[in-house]
Amino acid sequence: MDRRHFLKGAASLGLGASLLPYLKVLPASAATSETAVVVFGGTINSLDIHRSGTNRDSYQVAINCYDRLVTFGTKTLDDGSLSYDYDNVQPELAESWEISGDGTVMTFFLRKGATFWDGKPVTAHDVKWSFDRSVSLGGFPTVQMKAGRLESPEQFEVVDEHTFRITLPFSSKLALPDLATPIPVVINSEVARAHATEADPWATEYLHRNPAGSGAYKVARWDAGQQLVYERNEDWKGGALPGYQRVILREVPSQATRRALLERGSITAAHNIPNKDAKELASRPDIQVVSSPIENCIYCLCPNLDFEPFKDKRVRQAIAWAVPYERIFEQAAYGLGVPTWGGSKTVDDIAWPRRSPYSTNLDKARALLAETWYKDGFTVPLSFNLSHADWAEPAALLIQQSLAQIGIEVTIEKIPGANWRTIALVEKRLPLHLENFGGWLNTPDYYFYWAYIKGNLFNSSNYDNAEMAKLVDDTLDMAMDHPQYAPNVKRMIELAQEDVPRIPLWQPTLNVALTNGANGYQFWFHRQMDIRSLKPA
Amino acid sequence: MSLALKARKVGLRLLEAIPTVIGILVVCFLLTRALPGDPAAYFAGPMADAESIEQVRRNLGLDQPLPVQFVNYVTDLLTGNLGMAISTGQPVVAELATRLPASLELTLGALLLSFLIAVPLGVMAATRPNTWVDHLCRFLVTAGVSLPTFFTGLALMYIFYYLLGWAPAPMGRIDMMYLPPETATGFYTIDTLIAGDWETFRAAIAQMALPLITLALFTLAPIARMTRAAMLQTLGSEFVRTARAAGLNGRRVLVTYAFRNALLPVVTTLGMVFSFLLGANVLVEKVFAWPGIGSFAVEALVVSDYAAVQGFVLSMALLFVLLNLLIDVIYTLIDPRVGEES
Repeated sequence: MDRRHFLKGAASLGLGASLLPYLKVLPASAATSETAVVVFGGTINSLDIHRSGTNRDSYQVAINCYDRLVTFGTKTLDDGSLSYDYDNVQPELAESWEISGDGTVMTFFLRKGATFWDGKPVTAHDVKWSFDRSVSLGGFPTVQMKAGRLESPEQFEVVDEHTFRITLPFSSKLALPDLATPIPVVINSEVARAHATEADPWATEYLHRNPAGSGAYKVARWDAGQQLVYERNEDWKGGALPGYQRVILREVPSQATRRALLERGSITAAHNIPNKDAKELASRPDIQVVSSPIENCIYCLCPNLDFEPFKDKRVRQAIAWAVPYERIFEQAAYGLGVPTWGGSKTVDDIAWPRRSPYSTNLDKARALLAETWYKDGFTVPLSFNLSHADWAEPAALLIQQSLAQIGIEVTIEKIPGANWRTIALVEKRLPLHLENFGGWLNTPDYYFYWAYIKGNLFNSSNYDNAEMAKLVDDTLDMAMDHPQYAPNVKRMIELAQEDVPRIPLWQPTLNVALTNGANGYQFWFHRQMDIRSLKPA
Repeated sequence: MSLALKARKVGLRLLEAIPTVIGILVVCFLLTRALPGDPAAYFAGPMADAESIEQVRRNLGLDQPLPVQFVNYVTDLLTGNLGMAISTGQPVVAELATRLPASLELTLGALLLSFLIAVPLGVMAATRPNTWVDHLCRFLVTAGVSLPTFFTGLALMYIFYYLLGWAPAPMGRIDMMYLPPETATGFYTIDTLIAGDWETFRAAIAQMALPLITLALFTLAPIARMTRAAMLQTLGSEFVRTARAAGLNGRRVLVTYAFRNALLPVVTTLGMVFSFLLGANVLVEKVFAWPGIGSFAVEALVVSDYAAVQGFVLSMALLFVLLNLLIDVIYTLIDPRVGEES
């Protein structure tokens, strides 16, 4: 290794990671009424959500530091906790919008007076540049934009300085909510273009380390792999000014350490703690644990229809009757979550997730299996993603024990996280596996689109049903108040329950613990910490 | 031996190491790509379809045939570009430049601490065999080596931070209240001293205390046992008997004659301990949120981040070459006979 480059690397990391205003003085006590300290177990690897290779945890920078045209409002759940409200789209940078009669043209009127951090006003040109970027760089951002029927720069138009128009190929109920996902952020195009080059027209190198937004928080410093310090933007126009002036996000890999920090009160919040800790900490008076059900997400046992015995619907149903649902819920989920078994056979409403008509009934399972070719049983490997071992391993073991009682011999296969996506979702070759898909846009047909249509990513069961495909195709963009919407969704649910290519185990929760009187935490579908709503005691 | 001759010897040794390093590079390159797991699929992110995965694969340069990839890698290497660590989003050189000093600080500190405790302990145990000191030494080293580092780390954190509150919050190298010092060596302890910043120095030491003690406990065993064994052997040798017979006092015999001779195997042990300590660091780094090279390498390996793993292996290979060289140089300082052989 060249010494010059070694020293250059050292110096550049020392100075380069914090090119933004450098904090010289920090308050005497880090976690105060003005500063929140949040810990989590992941790592942030980029400040640019559109960049190739940006991981899920880095999306929080897009959420907290950038604005979108619209956002979701807030609703209060039964247990008193707060959650985003999918049915309530609220202004953020766009103070109002108009949708044409046929639903294909959406015109947004931008808030006057909204500025980027450097003082430049936010205009429709910035919105167009940012939207073009999000559909041009590829990867997950482009896929998510496409889900809202936002696919090419031709659809985005600058009408004037404060008016922005989107033209859809056809009307879709998914377009407006898609604009409130973390992806379509509004970037300061002047700053970005000043740092763009021939080889890098979208300024990915610059924006990777230097956010240029108009959001509620600026990045005061980023020590990659250690911490990210957010500093409040006092001129934020996208909503109510956040409660904390500074939020320090600290990366602490060990869950035991995070728990010790929480119990000692050295931090303000711990994001995404396991169910076991959530359950144990909930009884402590000085710690507030918020467990929010993750919308449109179900932990499922998936029999793959490419595997010979599972081609027979009765075998799949037999397995659905043999799963020990209550024991799994107690031991894998520690009782935290929403049960998804033991419901009624008739589908009277379109609530999703919902209770399936199956429950633990070994006699029914044996009876069904006896009708098939496989009444003498068979062997099958049950695979799960090692990254989810905390819930998947106990669940897999319980399923193995239970299926043994109806003559099915299960061997457990653990698949490392890095390989999971390729083997389970791209190649779709796991005969029986545990899956955890959750859709960002909260409609049942959206879930069915990703998980029940042949060839789509999360259909790891290789389910292929022409009726289901047609229903999803008709319904995906259909408005929810359309008279055909509810009947279509009910039929989809009936098919899913009858064919069970995915056996629902339970609907998981996202657990966040808060100490030192901090409050205001709100659950979001993207499962990241939106610090803008946090408030000190 | 004259300085010129010594310098020549060192130079030759370094040259000899080059083929080894090249071999390591090639093997590492091939091994990482032989691992199951597709970095393109992992980094394409959630909900990426086959097309986006291919796109990421092209961006990463992984769609090229292997020889082409290797040639690209070597040409980059010669200009000092070790590539981009996708798992952390930073250039590999930058990551190594911060994480290697972080791990070295911990490892060298732990070695120093355990040397200061283990060597006197081993000497005392050797001079007073089968007494309570000997048994204490045996007990301490067995306990230290049989408890895994993550367990010791967690136990220490539980007692000193969670129950007693003596140690600061185990959230990294330095508390949030203090800014890290200007980078001179990358060791916070040394850099704060260079800057004359006592507050920050105390904070850095405080953060380092628990992980240091955890690692030191682990390394006590081999060093203490080796010291004891070497001392026992030396004390039973002919020249010590002669020195005693000549009437030299016990202290002089022990320190000047016996200890200096017993030091050789201890130095070898120190070298070995250092090498596996740098790797065993991983668990301690995870528990104390220490941003070190071990956890970086493990994370990179899990997600098949080729550039990062290769960069790590290369830096480790170079480090060990230098380490072995250093040990050989120390040998010549301790034992005048070693240099004479050439």
